[in-house]
Amino acid sequence: MMTNIYFYILVAAFVSTLIRVLPVTVFRKPISNRFVKSFLYYVPYVTLAVMTFPAIVDATQNKLAGILALLCGMVAAWLNQSLFRVASICCIVVFIAELILV
Amino acid sequence: MNNFYNNSKKQAFREGFIDGFPIGLGYFAVAFSLGILARKANFDPLQGFINSLLNHASAGEYAVYTVASAAAGFLEMAIMTLVVNARYLLMSTALSQKFDEKTSMIHRILVGFTVTDELFAITIKRPGFINPMYNYGAFLIAAVCWSMGTSCGIVAGELMPASIVSALSVALYGMFLACIMPEARKHRIVAVLIGVSFILSYVANRMEFFKNISAGTKTIILTVVIASVAAILFPHPEVEDDD
Repeated sequence: MMTNIYFYILVAAFVSTLIRVLPVTVFRKPISNRFVKSFLYYVPYVTLAVMTFPAIVDATQNKLAGILALLCGMVAAWLNQSLFRVASICCIVVFIAELILV
Repeated sequence: MNNFYNNSKKQAFREGFIDGFPIGLGYFAVAFSLGILARKANFDPLQGFINSLLNHASAGEYAVYTVASAAAGFLEMAIMTLVVNARYLLMSTALSQKFDEKTSMIHRILVGFTVTDELFAITIKRPGFINPMYNYGAFLIAAVCWSMGTSCGIVAGELMPASIVSALSVALYGMFLACIMPEARKHRIVAVLIGVSFILSYVANRMEFFKNISAGTKTIILTVVIASVAAILFPHPEVEDDD
C-alpha cells in the first residue's frame, strides 16, 4: 500500500505535467489564424468566469455570504483594486456575513 | 514594448512572490481541506506534501485520493488526471502565445509546469511577454503554501474553525475576479462574455441533465463553446494590444 500510493502520485504527476508542458513547448510561433487568435484571447476570461460562479456560492457555509462576496469582489475588481485587496475583501465579507447569518 | 519587459530578473521574481502571497494564503486553506480528504484515503503528511507539490491541482489531487483509496488501476488514474486537468491544455496553449519567441525551451517547460488556475490568471493579467522569473516567484510561495496546507490538513484534521475555512475559501475566487474584471471594463465584449459564462455555468451546475459530468469537464466544454462562438461572432481586432 505504501509504495502503491507513490505510484499513483507519480502516474498523476506525469500526466498533469505533460498536459501543462506540451502546449507551451509545441506552439512556439505566434498563431496567425484570426479565429484561433480570438479564441485564445477569450479563453482566460471565459474559463475563469466559469470557474468562479456558482462555485463561490457553494464554497461558503451560507449561500448569501457567497453572493455578497461575489458582488463586492466584482465591484472592487472593476475599480482596479489589487489582487490581494480583492481577495481580502471577499474573505472579510464572508467572515462578517457568516457571523450574522450562520 | 513596455517597461515591464525591462525589469531585472530579481525584480520580476519579487513581484511574482508578492502576487503569489495572497494566492498562497487561499491555497493553504483549500489544501487544508484537501488534506482532510487525503487523511481519509490513508495518505501520510509526506505523501500529501509530494502529491501537492507535483500535481498542484485541487481536482487532480482529489482524483488521486479517490482512485488510490479505491485501489483502482493506474490506467484509470492516468485517464482521470487527463480529464480533470484537461483545462490546463487550453491555458498552456493560451500562454504559448504570450512567450517571447526567444524564450528558451527550459524556461517554457518550467513555466508550463507552474500552470495552475490562479497562476495562469495572474500571468495573463501582466502586460507584455511572459517573464519566467515572475512565474517562478509566484509558484515558489504558492506551491509551498499549497503543499504545507495539505500536510497540515492531514495532521491537524478538523482543528481549524469552520468560519475561518469558509472565509478563506473564497480568496481564490476573489483573485479570479481581480484578473477578469479590469479587462471587462476596457472591452464591453469581455464583460458580456463574463455574464454569459456565469449564467451558462450556473445552468450547467444546477441542471439534473449535466449531473454526471465532472466539474473539470464542464469547465472545458463551456470554455470551448463560449470562446468559439465569441471568436466567430466578434473576432478580436487588436489581440496584440496589451495596453
